[in-house]
Amino acid sequence: MTSPAGITRRAAILAGFGGAGALIWNADKLTLSPSFSHVFRAVEDWTCTSQRMLLRPGQLAKEYSREDISPVFKPNGTFNPGGEEYDTHVAQGFANWRLKIDGLVQRPMSLSIAELRLLPSRTQITRHDCVEGWTAIGMWTGVQLGLLLKAAGLTSDARYAVFHCADNLDGEPAKGGEQSPGQYYESIDLVDAFHPQTLVAYDLNGKPLGVPNGAPLRLRVERQLGYKQAKYLRRIEIANSFRTIAGGYGGYWEDRGYEWYAGI
Amino acid sequence: MTDEALESAKRGQRRNGDSFYRHRLPVRITHWINALCILFLLGSGLNIFNAHPRLYWGQYGADADRSLFSIEAVDRDGGTVGVTQIGPWHLNTTGFLGWSKHDGGHVARGWPDWLTIPSFQDLADARHWHFLFAWLLAFNGLAYLGWSLFSRHLQRDIVPTLADIHSIPRSLIDHVKLKHPTGQAAKRYNPLQRLAYLGVIVVISLMVATGLTMSPGFDAVCPWLLDLFGGRQSARSIHFISAFLIVLFVTVHLIEVVLAGPINEVRSMLTGRYVVPPEHRR
Repeated sequence: MTSPAGITRRAAILAGFGGAGALIWNADKLTLSPSFSHVFRAVEDWTCTSQRMLLRPGQLAKEYSREDISPVFKPNGTFNPGGEEYDTHVAQGFANWRLKIDGLVQRPMSLSIAELRLLPSRTQITRHDCVEGWTAIGMWTGVQLGLLLKAAGLTSDARYAVFHCADNLDGEPAKGGEQSPGQYYESIDLVDAFHPQTLVAYDLNGKPLGVPNGAPLRLRVERQLGYKQAKYLRRIEIANSFRTIAGGYGGYWEDRGYEWYAGI
Repeated sequence: MTDEALESAKRGQRRNGDSFYRHRLPVRITHWINALCILFLLGSGLNIFNAHPRLYWGQYGADADRSLFSIEAVDRDGGTVGVTQIGPWHLNTTGFLGWSKHDGGHVARGWPDWLTIPSFQDLADARHWHFLFAWLLAFNGLAYLGWSLFSRHLQRDIVPTLADIHSIPRSLIDHVKLKHPTGQAAKRYNPLQRLAYLGVIVVISLMVATGLTMSPGFDAVCPWLLDLFGGRQSARSIHFISAFLIVLFVTVHLIEVVLAGPINEVRSMLTGRYVVPPEHRR
């Protein structure tokens, strides 16, 4: 091997292995480094872009048959939001619970559970995939979110639906030093908001939703993971951006390092 | 490189003493990128597994459902033990699986900190590493497969020939006796080597396919993947079993590198040049 080429190649090999070694050795530090988080964000954006390229906007998540329904639909996160207000609603059978739709809409709305039940409904047997790895299959009945949003009339600058929930998950610290309040919230963009399987669900397996699974209302976004399926829905805020809401990443778990796009 | 030069490199005719040009540049580059990806994917994968250290078979699976495999911390006789369940068997794996040392104390976690990336338990961070290297593995793998098909490396060097298949028993005996090919025979991959390399290509492809099956977004694009693997939880279990097969491959691969002459083998994957072991006297 001639020496100039040899030196260059040797340098390249050493640099490659040095870089790989540094990456392995510093994996813990890099995990926590704010500057390296940009790399992870770029990967997330790329995953979202590539899945959105492959997915037609209305393409449905697989629907299952009744035989496939899980015997137990595992609850996770909050099992009971508790507190005087929520307990009162439970005692009243959620007769006075209201779902507000406001923000960038022409006609803000406030709907009771009874009013939602009078609207056209959709029933679907779908898979709930928790980010942790487990899966539960359940039959959901509810109102298509798109129907509600059409009734409310979005303004031209509307880009996201932000879901505010009644449960507070204190105790899980937010990442990056910035403390986000423990109130659960989530957000999706309009592609998923108007997807035919995106529901404001009130029934699970033919019965009114139980407290551990999100009574009285739970969001279903079937092409994304479990943490997007916000429980105990109180308010849907239509927004142009979620940067100013809570921790600024578009959801309770997103503020704690999880991906906003939860399609994988 | 012209086709002729490729050809001559391939057949090892570019002699330099008793060494020849064994691994071409695309093979060497993709090999090392792949190795790095596998390392990070295994480490971050075990951290992800720890978030729900149970495996199931079928469409669904959660705590109330029967598990194929699980790693748990169980309180027993006033102490905590790590219990690993494989089908009907329960093994005490205290100190390694289920209950292991971390930060000076003991913690309940599936795989211990020295095996996971990051070493501390964090699902969000482990997923970030996993997807970063999953994309790198996919692009690197496509580059390798594309080049290997185009240059016929795959067809000529990896896919076993009929003669290879016939000499599998003999190759097995040679491997057991730790007898490595010499002379002309050392210039081509032996039958078991071909099977192992082809096998690991298949297993990594299976890894990618089962990984994608776990994605609710990708399942809407390709719902047939769910039917192919028998459900998302089956796909997750196959993903884990495939990871175990990759660990098995890497272990045997490294043992063979050491047995066949580590300096010569590693150098050939760095520079391409491989010194042919001289022919044995019979």
